[in-house]
Amino acid sequence: MSNLEQEILRHERRWTAGVIIAVAVILGAVLYAAFALHVNPPSNIETIDPKTLHLSAEFTESNLGTRVEAGGQVTTRIVTAQFAFNPQCIVVPANEPVTLRLASPDVIHGILVTGTNVNSMVVPGYVSQIRTVFTKTGDLLMPCHEFCGFGHSQMWATVRVVPRENFRPDANGRVACEKS
Amino acid sequence: MRSLERLTLAHLWVAFAAFAIACFFGVWQMWARSPLPAPFVTPDNYFLAVTEHGVSMAFVLTTFFVMGFGYFTAETALERPLPGKTFGWIGFILGLIGAAMASYAILSGRASVLYTFYPPLTASPYFYLGLVLVIVGSWIWCVLMIVAMAQWKRANPNVPVPLAMFGTVANAIMWLWTTAGVAAEVLFIVLPASLGLIHTIDVGLTRTLFSWTLHPIVYFWLFPAYIAFYTMAPKAAGGRLYSDLMGRLSFVLFILYSLPVGFHHLFMDPQEPAGFKFLQMFLTLLVTVPTLLTIFTITASFEIAGRLRGGRGLFGWIPALPWERPMVLATGLSFVMLFFGGGGGLVNMGYGLNAMVHNTSWVTAHFHLIFGGAVVVMYFAIAYEIWPRLVGHEPSSSMPQRIQLWLWFLGMMTMSLPWHWLGLQGQWRRVAQFDYSNPIIAAWGPWVVVSLIGGLLLLASALLFVWNLLFLYRKPEAARLPFRFALPVHPVTHVPASLNGFGLWNVLVAFLMLAAFGWPIAQAFVIEAPHAVVHRVDRGG
Repeated sequence: MSNLEQEILRHERRWTAGVIIAVAVILGAVLYAAFALHVNPPSNIETIDPKTLHLSAEFTESNLGTRVEAGGQVTTRIVTAQFAFNPQCIVVPANEPVTLRLASPDVIHGILVTGTNVNSMVVPGYVSQIRTVFTKTGDLLMPCHEFCGFGHSQMWATVRVVPRENFRPDANGRVACEKS
Repeated sequence: MRSLERLTLAHLWVAFAAFAIACFFGVWQMWARSPLPAPFVTPDNYFLAVTEHGVSMAFVLTTFFVMGFGYFTAETALERPLPGKTFGWIGFILGLIGAAMASYAILSGRASVLYTFYPPLTASPYFYLGLVLVIVGSWIWCVLMIVAMAQWKRANPNVPVPLAMFGTVANAIMWLWTTAGVAAEVLFIVLPASLGLIHTIDVGLTRTLFSWTLHPIVYFWLFPAYIAFYTMAPKAAGGRLYSDLMGRLSFVLFILYSLPVGFHHLFMDPQEPAGFKFLQMFLTLLVTVPTLLTIFTITASFEIAGRLRGGRGLFGWIPALPWERPMVLATGLSFVMLFFGGGGGLVNMGYGLNAMVHNTSWVTAHFHLIFGGAVVVMYFAIAYEIWPRLVGHEPSSSMPQRIQLWLWFLGMMTMSLPWHWLGLQGQWRRVAQFDYSNPIIAAWGPWVVVSLIGGLLLLASALLFVWNLLFLYRKPEAARLPFRFALPVHPVTHVPASLNGFGLWNVLVAFLMLAAFGWPIAQAFVIEAPHAVVHRVDRGG
């Protein structure tokens, strides 16, 4: 092989090594986030029939919204349907683990909460579940972020994050937004 | 030889006509979303426009451009007539009828389901049948490309297939794999629902099948740009390709790692197991490798060209390059957009980071920058490069071409950089109008207006592009020379058999696809997820 060819090969090897290192560093960061910080995407293979969602024990109207469960765990249940969330406003305590559970009776929806990393699709047939901690108090936007029909742009809800002392469950453990 | 020019021009004109129309829709959409008062804004019109923009750009512009450029490359790179041109015309006509059917369904308001379908939303059957015809037309192209290469190899035993053709056939083979997912979704689920044969849909399964297609389809669009990087840009710069082997390696790595990775579109979906999301995330990370190899090889090729032209010192070769040539300029601009778009893409594929940006304007910004920017700017450059050969005339000046390329670059940056920022603020996608009375949303307003200005620059550039093709090529050619691709620094006399064909790579793809998608598809049948009821968008009203 000529000198030039040797030189090309040497440069290519060096660059390839750099590429491998870059890929390894990124993969290391992902692994660290996944295993040390528990940052994982919201997989939840738990099926529910969209056609009879309103008859299910969990997603009937009276069971929607935020509730403090027997063990003290705060769970919020939301139905995402064309073209509104039910309920339209949810209350959650700040700096405490909260579980969001969502289901759709009709088409695909999705949610994000502005200023947080809460993000999930809501696929009819499955219950979406997100565990999170809200750290900032105030009213956050929770829009439907997946095209669900012509009313999609009008589909959004409010997440009201309140300090622990203002989070007051009623006798059944429920907390709802005050009518204002 | 005239027949090749006709076939290529027919494809490219369909592609660019769809492109120009789609640009108008795109700008109007941004106007509708901005705080400025816009005409015709209703949700129906908005989602009709989004569907038409997406279908025109992602299915018509791309497919017809890839096919036209492929026919051109097959004949010019192999230096022998393309076999089966009649079939090429049949594919063209099928695709054209299909595109017209789909557009008819969309523009009559009966297919506003966006180009990504979203079942159980269900559109008019004309929409899906039209898209099936476009895909069938492209399958004919795939077969013709594979046959052309096979015949050439038989006539030239033990000779490496020219790199431009190797890349084209790599794309054809990747596209056959790619379309299997969406074809299964449309033929077995979505089209029967549209025809009223079935009334419920396993939505999770449709999402899994669509994700099979959703990532490699982007690489199908991108391949012509990479073929131009390797086989046109070094020559336009006045140099040679640094390494022919790197080109081959990049092309086969695209086949391998663009296919088993679609789950990075479904990170936020409940129905896919976390382990498979992780596996496909890892494979997605590997698809950065061919791009990084390409950036090295093309930069090195440009360095050679710059030094041949007298450039000295560490960076002196850069100003020495002939930036006045559209192909060289476009490659430079493309790399800048690839840098930003690729960086954004690394965030998207971040297994945990994705939650910050999924379905926000960040993602829209990412794919506009990568596809609309880095790739489409190369479509322009390819058209400028091969047009003299197609119409038999040289451009009277390259100035309007350079202005057009710069306008596109500036427009794309002005449009998509604010979108990245807005996405991080939580601005979500696919919304006809925002409620700017909300204080969170009101703060986004000025940036939305900035991106609209970017959109206007893009529209101006698109119109100038069409004008350039129509009116700039008037200077008679001095002599009708055959079209030549870039030569490597070292002539390739032989390459390993694995890099002169695709047998090995097909086996590996089959294995990777089985590993990545086997269980997720089987899962739908094992757990028997409850179905959702079909929601028609084409009836009533």
